[in-house]
Amino acid sequence: MSDATTADATTQAAHHDEPTVRQYVEIAGALSVLTLMEFSTYFVEFGWLHIPILLTLMAIKFGLIVGFFMHLKYDTRLYTRLMVTGLVGALTLYGIAFLAIAEVPTLMGS
Amino acid sequence: MSAAVEETSLGLDNRKLAMWVFLGSEFMFFGAFITAYLMYLNTTAGGPDGEIFDIVYTSVSSFVLLMSSLTMVLAHHAHEQGDMRRMRMWILATAFQGLVFVGGQAYEFTKFFKEGLVPTASPFASSFFVLTGFHGVHVTVGIIMLLGLWSYSRVGKVKASQPLKTEIIGLYWHFVDVIWVIIFVVVYLIPWG
Repeated sequence: MSDATTADATTQAAHHDEPTVRQYVEIAGALSVLTLMEFSTYFVEFGWLHIPILLTLMAIKFGLIVGFFMHLKYDTRLYTRLMVTGLVGALTLYGIAFLAIAEVPTLMGS
Repeated sequence: MSAAVEETSLGLDNRKLAMWVFLGSEFMFFGAFITAYLMYLNTTAGGPDGEIFDIVYTSVSSFVLLMSSLTMVLAHHAHEQGDMRRMRMWILATAFQGLVFVGGQAYEFTKFFKEGLVPTASPFASSFFVLTGFHGVHVTVGIIMLLGLWSYSRVGKVKASQPLKTEIIGLYWHFVDVIWVIIFVVVYLIPWG
């Protein structure tokens, strides 16, 4: 057995409790419903709840994809930490940028 | 003879670890573009703004990309089962859906150009095209990787005993999908005005 085969077999063993095909289809069904709900917000006004609803639906879809399709739910926590590090970096940049604009509004020509 | 695969001291395959490190950096990459888009929302210089977006059209293409994640994970599942015929079928289905998405984006861009939303029109337009354009480039790279995987498996360079290769390309593909989940809401659906 080649090294490559051995390595892949190790990975397979770690994935023994992954979802079945049926479960993958069910997750895709849930993602479809969530997308339909997002789409419906374009036609229905939810007032001040509008943006929180959209962000919540987005977060659920995000979680389903990374948890089940990208297997983070079943893989080593290290991969989750790497992803979270990237997300925290992105959100930090976002926060710094908006703080800068709040301090110096002329930055954006306003 | 297969190339030797190094495991890290953590006992993890270094190829998969490298892909996750890369994806972590990619979140920051797209985070920067999303931040820029949100900062420039109101700088339309009198040109078209977000009102120009066709939500129905974009929702359909978003759905297509979302379903490509299902076919991708089914390809990986088939590969793990050693069913290479089915794996190739799902890989082609995924690549096809990616092509539909990119084709749809090219059509959308053309429509925007005709209506005056061009990358040089305003900071808003620039940030929109940079963000969605870079995403489109990522989808295109994903399609190339999928077709490469498909042809390599056809000639036996990717074997039934190597599902990790499909998994790694799948990780990239799902990442592209998950970034669009964010872009779809932040750029198209949230009424920032």
